[in-house]
Amino acid sequence: MTTAERPAPAVGRSHPRKEDARLVTGRTSWTDNLTLPGMLHMAVLRSPMAHARIDRLDLTAVRERPGVVAAFGAADLDGELGSLPCAWPVTEDIVHPDHPPLAADEVRHAGDPVAVVVARDRYAAADALEAVEVDYTPLPPVLDMEAALADGAPLVHAAEGTNRCFDWPLASGDYAAARARADVVVTRRYVQQRLIPNAMEPRAVLAAPAATGADEYTLYSATQIPHILRLMLAVVTGIPEQKIRVIAPDVGGGFGSKLQVYAEEALALVVAKRLGRPVKWTESRSEGYLATHHGRDQIQDVEVAATGDGRLLGMKVDLLADMGAYLMLVTPGIPILGAFMYPGIYKMDAYAFHCTGVFTTKTPTDAYRGAGRPEATYAVERVMDELAAELGLDPVELRRRNWIGHGEFPYTSVAGLTYDSGNYEAATDKALAHFGYDALRAEQRERHERGDTVRLGVGVSTYTEMCGLAPSRVLRDLRYAAGGWEAASIRMLPTGKVEVITGTSPHGQGHATTWSQIAADVLGVPVEDVDVLHGDTRVAPQGMDTYGSRSLVVGGVAVHEAAVKVVGKARRVAAHLMEASEEDLEFTAGTFAVRGSPEAAKTIQEVAFATFTGHDLPDGMEPTINAGHVVEPDNFSYPHGTHLCAVEVDTETGAVRIRSYVAVDDVGKVVNPLIVEGQVHGGLAQGIAQALYEEAVYDDDGNLVSGTLADYHVPAAPDLPDFVTDRTETPATSNPLGVKGVGEAGTIASTPAVVGAVVDALRPLGVTDVRMPCTPERVWQAIQEARARKGDPA
Amino acid sequence: MSRISVTVDGTTYEDDVEPRLLLVHYLRDRLGLTGTPVGCDTGNCGACTVDVSGASVKSCSMLAVQADGAEVTTIQGLAADGRWHPLQRAFHEEHGLQCGYCTPGMILAARDLLRANPHPTAEEVRHGLEGNLCRCTGYQNIVRAVLAAADAGAGTGADSGADTGGEAAI
Amino acid sequence: MIPAAFDYVRPESVGEAVGALAGAEAAGSEAKVLAGGQSLLPLLRMRLAFPDLVVDVGRIPGLRGVRDDGDALLIGAMTTHHEVVADPLVRRHAGLLAAATATVADPAVRHLGTLGGSLAHADPAADLPAVALALDAELTAVGPRGRRTVPAREFFTDYLTTALEPGELLTGIRVPKYDGWGFRYEKFSRTAQAWALVGVAAAVRCAGGRIAEARIGLTSMGPTPVRAAAVEAALAGAQAAEEPVAEAASAAAEGTRPAADLSGSAAYRAHLARVLTRRAVLAAAGPA
Repeated sequence: MTTAERPAPAVGRSHPRKEDARLVTGRTSWTDNLTLPGMLHMAVLRSPMAHARIDRLDLTAVRERPGVVAAFGAADLDGELGSLPCAWPVTEDIVHPDHPPLAADEVRHAGDPVAVVVARDRYAAADALEAVEVDYTPLPPVLDMEAALADGAPLVHAAEGTNRCFDWPLASGDYAAARARADVVVTRRYVQQRLIPNAMEPRAVLAAPAATGADEYTLYSATQIPHILRLMLAVVTGIPEQKIRVIAPDVGGGFGSKLQVYAEEALALVVAKRLGRPVKWTESRSEGYLATHHGRDQIQDVEVAATGDGRLLGMKVDLLADMGAYLMLVTPGIPILGAFMYPGIYKMDAYAFHCTGVFTTKTPTDAYRGAGRPEATYAVERVMDELAAELGLDPVELRRRNWIGHGEFPYTSVAGLTYDSGNYEAATDKALAHFGYDALRAEQRERHERGDTVRLGVGVSTYTEMCGLAPSRVLRDLRYAAGGWEAASIRMLPTGKVEVITGTSPHGQGHATTWSQIAADVLGVPVEDVDVLHGDTRVAPQGMDTYGSRSLVVGGVAVHEAAVKVVGKARRVAAHLMEASEEDLEFTAGTFAVRGSPEAAKTIQEVAFATFTGHDLPDGMEPTINAGHVVEPDNFSYPHGTHLCAVEVDTETGAVRIRSYVAVDDVGKVVNPLIVEGQVHGGLAQGIAQALYEEAVYDDDGNLVSGTLADYHVPAAPDLPDFVTDRTETPATSNPLGVKGVGEAGTIASTPAVVGAVVDALRPLGVTDVRMPCTPERVWQAIQEARARKGDPA
Repeated sequence: MSRISVTVDGTTYEDDVEPRLLLVHYLRDRLGLTGTPVGCDTGNCGACTVDVSGASVKSCSMLAVQADGAEVTTIQGLAADGRWHPLQRAFHEEHGLQCGYCTPGMILAARDLLRANPHPTAEEVRHGLEGNLCRCTGYQNIVRAVLAAADAGAGTGADSGADTGGEAAI
Repeated sequence: MIPAAFDYVRPESVGEAVGALAGAEAAGSEAKVLAGGQSLLPLLRMRLAFPDLVVDVGRIPGLRGVRDDGDALLIGAMTTHHEVVADPLVRRHAGLLAAATATVADPAVRHLGTLGGSLAHADPAADLPAVALALDAELTAVGPRGRRTVPAREFFTDYLTTALEPGELLTGIRVPKYDGWGFRYEKFSRTAQAWALVGVAAAVRCAGGRIAEARIGLTSMGPTPVRAAAVEAALAGAQAAEEPVAEAASAAAEGTRPAADLSGSAAYRAHLARVLTRRAVLAAAGPA
């Protein structure tokens, strides 16, 4: 075969997704779509109060209602359910209270589960909740983190004697000395508001005992983590792990919210076991707002010390992180992930970080797209803007003076991470060219001089982040209970078709397409010949699932490595069949040929069939070319990029309109540009939503007042601009594909770019910050306050 | 119980239903037509959008009894003779979906939009879809898909469906 | 979420509907009118409303459509938002209503939601009550004691409360023709889906560069929609120019009682009312 006939590689091509056919025709298998014979519906009675003692729970009346099969309180399931797990106790002395799936004596946040009812259909189950009798004695809510840490504050967990969950420091260099040496010190407080992830598919779970009556269970769940869930459910329920099969069928988005082991998953399993019948639970959106974990909710005190010409000397961060009422799967680890990202792409010699985790009577927080890294990136990028303003420097210029030069990689940051690669210059230059930076600055000046009521602002974010959440040894050092590896295996079927089995568990990311592209190229088969199996612990027995932009950089690499092994085994068979030595074989586009005599050739499909028959294999060879691989990365990966945002701010109303947005991301090698671009778009939408729209708001009694989609402002199509996206491609050196991960980059980068633009528009009026989300009222208020400070008439 | 007769994706069903039964639960739980998902409880997300006698509606905000006598089209009834609707094709080709949960509602809402305005601007597409939330795509490729489908004649083709009618006099 | 159980009737006539409503009233049970259901269904699903009986008036002949009645339009209560927006009579003679209705929720909601349903629900954050008020619409109701007409000014009595008596059904809305008037519905919301933080419905008649008359209704500036009476008075005879209009608009919040809630403080709403009133009036008075 000549090079001219060689098909174009699949990697790098915008292959339309294999997943789409069922999704655009409604032939989906969302968990709530599933129905099994004899299936019952579970509904959960939740605390209407933030904090209360349960004096009495009476399920007598509800059990007698028509259509109700059973009802359970904590006491009824005593001994069958342990505490829900936290896999990331970040310090040795962390305060880690029990988290019972059903509250027994005390409820600690609005929505804390108190009882479950099981009925013949969802309507009967909903009705039955009204018949549950509970008496509560209200206890004081704990809502404000700083107040919660004060002496004598009411306690979320009285037995623990404190609301302080942990203290976690990180220090590198001598910050005090750096500060003493500095010409300028900028100190700011930023508030990362609480966010609600809002995957479009509400959570659902269906637990089914084996139809045979054996003590075995299948649990379908709208989860990102079937493998971790299986293990954790075994721990929580005591059911042996091999007796639990977890299936994540079609899952409609997660964004971290389905990276969890939820009470309802354990409850459905235990109730199904007790009743011997399948039990399904599906949350309503507003129920999910109380019961599905939230994200962010941190207070950041940030300080940077710099020289008069804008060289950073050091950075100090004091963080308060709201855990909510309980520690869920990785709750305490979220701010710790962020700890490593505060220095961003900048060089400095000193860094002092301290995080205090705090319990409050609110829904627990946990991973939400970016998980710690958006918070850190926001703080450093916003404080860089403030430093630039203080020094009278252009914010892009200040960044240039401080970032790690392209020639300086690999570079170990002051926080201890070794960035393998990057090209901040290239990404920034490209972004500036797309954006028309100078023209926008000129217009901004012109509007200011004219006294226009509509001001223009420009925001910049030169970010990096860490993806992959591996190596496992580093995770050990961070006290994370799991590893960071990922598994894949490849089956060459006798007909030459291919099955890729992956331990990742996609819920919108398109792994079936991307993994096919990777495997197809290595094996030299058409993408269409590859199927990807995932999301079922029986089909894909080993895996660490999908979160933290890890799937491609760990799971995709595992697919690649497994495919390489398949080719290696096939080579041996091919050499045997062609009576050639392995070294003399070339493998091109799926065909083994003897170097120099291309007429003697065997396709990999022929090799697969020959292996199936096993009639003529090398002596001692196992009759298979199937292979598996578990990747243990030796570093995180570090996507980076430059985002620029221009906003128009109506100073009369405070309304903000995004006029243009440019994102140039460097996510390393790109397998499928279409999918990568889509990930960036979606990430941007969520980052912009934090900047401008979304906030979970509690009232003074601890009720979630932004409790429905009508009150929590997820942006719709008219609320977002058209994005200009582009890429630079600096391959990661830490994996053979050169990939870095893209799931969270847009979210991490965009929030500071947008808020930075809003502040930039108003800085001439004396505004130096607007708290997120930058609602029109907050913007207007900031203008009023600035005017009052300057003594201007309103 | 109320007796209703509803035609869904070309098949006529007669059923006794509780008056409170939501149309979307009738489709999903009674007819087993699970292509139409439920995404919220306030009518905001639009995931459950279907076509009722020529107009898009949110099937979570309509009682099954209100649909008595109506012709309902769901995402499962859009493809004709095994051929995808131009919007289905465009959503696939332009990567207008990721997790796909909002997709049935988006496509039904877009179909309604193109029926009224076969060649919308991008801005008009964004406004026409304001009742449908997507959390994955940032909407950009959805807009691109709808514009591509419009170019392919989705709003003027045979599928464009009946007009909303209802011109009764006072 | 899932509604609690209720009984359901779908009357064929206004008389039958009124009979059902009156019957429920007499029995001491609660009845709710289903007039499209785009506000009612979410309330039922969230179990914020527990009616014993739902009276679906969606198919009563004669309650749907727009008719020319000389100096006014008669709009059936069950005319959907979609139909109002598209109706040539409404567009020609009551452009403000068409423009404001086009901003109600989203297309799918406008297909089912009705003008009468929105007015009878009387949510002060909804767009159409303020428009009806600004346009001096008259609302026709039929009850056990017959038919009566209520001016919009007297119709909205409190938060989610109207002058409709128990057993009465809103059947139609009479909107005077505003031929030759300019109009603008200036709606300010946080996001496309959010309710109006403040809305200003303005209709303005100009003559010779001056504003002869102005009618201004405010959305979300109190427990009921309100007329910006002080602004209207100040505008009468004023020049249709930035400064005099701004001066007049500065009185927009006078006599209002805006709520402070998740969406905005009372002071901010008052400020918005002033800014948006100026903009709405200038736009309404501007070149058509």
